[in-house]
Amino acid sequence: MLGLLWLIPAIPFASALALAVLRIPRKLVAWIAAGATAASAVVALLVTFSFLGAPPAANAYTQVLWTWFDVGGLRPEIAFYLDPISLIMTLVVAFVGFLIHLYSTEFMIDDEGYSRFFAYMNLFFASMLTLLLANNLLLLYLGWEGVGLCSYLLIGFWYRDPANGRAGRKAFIVTRIGDTALVIGLFFLFHDLGTLRIQELMQRATEHWPVGSSAAVAAALLLLGGAVGKSAQLPLQTWLPDAMAGPTPVSALLHAATMVTAGVYLIARMHVLYSLAPLAQTAVAVIGAATLLIAGFSALTRWDIKRVLAYSTMSQIGYMFLALGVGAWPAAIFHFMTHAFFKALLFLAAGIIINAVDDEHNIFRMGGLRTRLPFAFWTFLIAGCSLAGLPLVTAGAFSKDWIIWGALSASNGSPEFWIVGLVGVLLTSLYTFRVIFLVFFGEAHSEVTKRPGYAMLIPCFVLAFLSIVGGYLKTPFGRFVETALPWTDGTRVAPVTDLVSEGISAFVFLLGLYLAYIFFLRKKSYATALASNPAGDLLHRFWFSDWGMDWLYDRVFVQPLVWFARVDKGDFIDGFYTGVARLNEFAWRLLRRTETGRLRWYAAGIAAGAVVFVAVVLFL
Amino acid sequence: MRRDLIFILISVEIMLNGAGVAFVAAGSRWGQPDGQIMFLFILAMAAAEVAIGLALVLRLYHHRHTLDADAISDMRG
Amino acid sequence: METAFYIAGAVAIISTVFTITRLNAVHALLYLVVSLLAVAVAFYTMGAPLVAALEVIIYAGAIMVLFVFVVMMLNLGRRAVESERRLMQGTIWVGPSVLSALLIVEVVYLIARVGLPGLPPGSGSGMLAPKQVGIALYGPYVIGVELASMLLLGALVGACHLGRPVSEKAEARYDGNSDGSRARSGGSVVRAGVGRSADAP
Repeated sequence: MLGLLWLIPAIPFASALALAVLRIPRKLVAWIAAGATAASAVVALLVTFSFLGAPPAANAYTQVLWTWFDVGGLRPEIAFYLDPISLIMTLVVAFVGFLIHLYSTEFMIDDEGYSRFFAYMNLFFASMLTLLLANNLLLLYLGWEGVGLCSYLLIGFWYRDPANGRAGRKAFIVTRIGDTALVIGLFFLFHDLGTLRIQELMQRATEHWPVGSSAAVAAALLLLGGAVGKSAQLPLQTWLPDAMAGPTPVSALLHAATMVTAGVYLIARMHVLYSLAPLAQTAVAVIGAATLLIAGFSALTRWDIKRVLAYSTMSQIGYMFLALGVGAWPAAIFHFMTHAFFKALLFLAAGIIINAVDDEHNIFRMGGLRTRLPFAFWTFLIAGCSLAGLPLVTAGAFSKDWIIWGALSASNGSPEFWIVGLVGVLLTSLYTFRVIFLVFFGEAHSEVTKRPGYAMLIPCFVLAFLSIVGGYLKTPFGRFVETALPWTDGTRVAPVTDLVSEGISAFVFLLGLYLAYIFFLRKKSYATALASNPAGDLLHRFWFSDWGMDWLYDRVFVQPLVWFARVDKGDFIDGFYTGVARLNEFAWRLLRRTETGRLRWYAAGIAAGAVVFVAVVLFL
Repeated sequence: MRRDLIFILISVEIMLNGAGVAFVAAGSRWGQPDGQIMFLFILAMAAAEVAIGLALVLRLYHHRHTLDADAISDMRG
Repeated sequence: METAFYIAGAVAIISTVFTITRLNAVHALLYLVVSLLAVAVAFYTMGAPLVAALEVIIYAGAIMVLFVFVVMMLNLGRRAVESERRLMQGTIWVGPSVLSALLIVEVVYLIARVGLPGLPPGSGSGMLAPKQVGIALYGPYVIGVELASMLLLGALVGACHLGRPVSEKAEARYDGNSDGSRARSGGSVVRAGVGRSADAP
């Protein structure tokens, strides 16, 4: 049964190709696209059962399809590698992807680019699975690039509006910077260690590179650069809020559940490398912590519901990075799993709401939707609680508390990280319930025009269910991935036990809930007073503009480059070619004067020519 | 430089005649009839050219009522 | 014989100079006829009686008469003479004189370099009888004869066609196309010419 592994990415690839090339009627498109993802999910399930039932040797299974090429000692294969991490991630991605495809069959029903949309989505799906299942870094990079391409295509899906194209380009270019770092890292790794196959790579790394060696740190930092770009962390995080220009299912699939977690996957996969480079690992943790704070503050000020969710995603991935950085590897993957559930659900529910109120994104213009869209309300509430970390009931609480506990107790952890994590919980709770109270409670500001159909309701229902019960899988999960992702704790003595940590985070959650209640439901005047206070207003604007990063990047990078390009247009090599043209023009203008049409001119010309000609013959 | 078309044609005749003189002189110097034969051809050609040229001048005069060579410089540019 | 040649040559040159400096077209033509006759005499002294005769008959007799007829038909009148007088200033001779001088220099140089082996024409070379010319013409040069005849045929047809009377309507159409401000009344070289020369080249 494990031999079916290759079907998991292959089926969506074939479906994407068919949708792109053939003309398929609309009804059939939905069946093909969703069906392909369903087939992938089913195969993933089968593979999982087979893996659990009869685990292969060393708890890892490799399936080699063919050799890609063989040049100069580099011999990557199209090969898939299955171990607990990739299994879990594949399962989650396939399943959530299928649900989102199902949702979008109804969400995008009115759109003219229906089959184009599903071609792109299936291509993305296949690329993401290739990325997850790849045996070597080059195949992983192939999937990496594939998801980047599909992200660009899907963000700018409604291409007739140039703003969407700009958002797509921004996403692509910013992640490109990260991709370049990643490629340089791949070159470096191959150059030093001679292989790109992941397992061999990690083995040789431990053999050749001592802990803390500069080579290991350099490689780790380069890979981190790639991960930072793809996962929208500091400093390459500016593209994610603008990526919300794409359709909501795209935001749900790419920018919440799957693509942005590719960076997390990369670092988790190469955890051996990061263990060899503590400096890089600390960098990972610091980046994660900083991003989670920055995004949290920015999410507090936003009025577009999708942008709040985008910043929230940024923040949660910051949590995952934090977990990776402190050495709590399983916690990061577990949080990825629960995050996929509740964040996708948040986006899908937001999609229902946006659809229902006629494409209105501004939360201040919604309100009182609790009674009119009850299903959306309950699902959004469940997902929001999961995000904020309602203890014991929701999955998000389990994973987040695990991370926060790991921030304190894991090998690379420290009390500062722990405090940052708790502040993050406060912020998360605050902005989540801000959105919930503003959208679902209070007075209504807009009309409900459309109600969701079954294709949109069922995925939300399933995801809501998973957002609740997913947390209970924590212990079996931990044991399952232990072989691949050891939990590197036990070397620090934590000042508090894990129960105390969980209790504190639960308290912080309630504090955030209470504050949101006060500010946004009870006494709205407090909020407006705070915002109109000059210091408050300044902070508001600062956090609103993503801590000024967009402005900074524009000034520092974009403007000089544009200026330079403009200057370069008149370079001297170009001048040579235009000079030839101008010379021609000049000669033309000269010679034009000889065509006067006057007879005497021509006669004089003949005479002068005769003189010159005879002179030439005589004297030369 | 005469601008009158008639004078231009007259000047052309003078030139042709001069060339013919040169040919005949050369032919008689070497004692061969070729020079005179050349002159005969030049003569025939001059006759043809004069006929056509004068017909054109007449036509032009009918249209433009002028014999100025500069007046017919429409093909300039 | 030699003196006859030199006198005839001098007459030819002088009358040609007069030809190109006259204001009146008919005067110029008459001087040209004189020049051609002088050249015919020169031909005779060079020992080419055939071409001498042909020069007189065809060149002076037919071509020049054709010129005279056409000039008479054009009926240029006194105004033409006036305009020519106004236009013929000294400065217009500069360019042509320079070019001609250069050409003369080159020709003289050429002759001087090659050398003139043995000069006087006809002294001992004798006359080239027409019979000889005829034999040479219809011998090696017969193709030239045919081509010349075709050329003359073409000229004949062309002259006939161009000389056709043009209907008034077509004439008006032609005139409408061109610049209507062109002088219509009696041919004046001046008015149209001045208007033209005012334009930039």
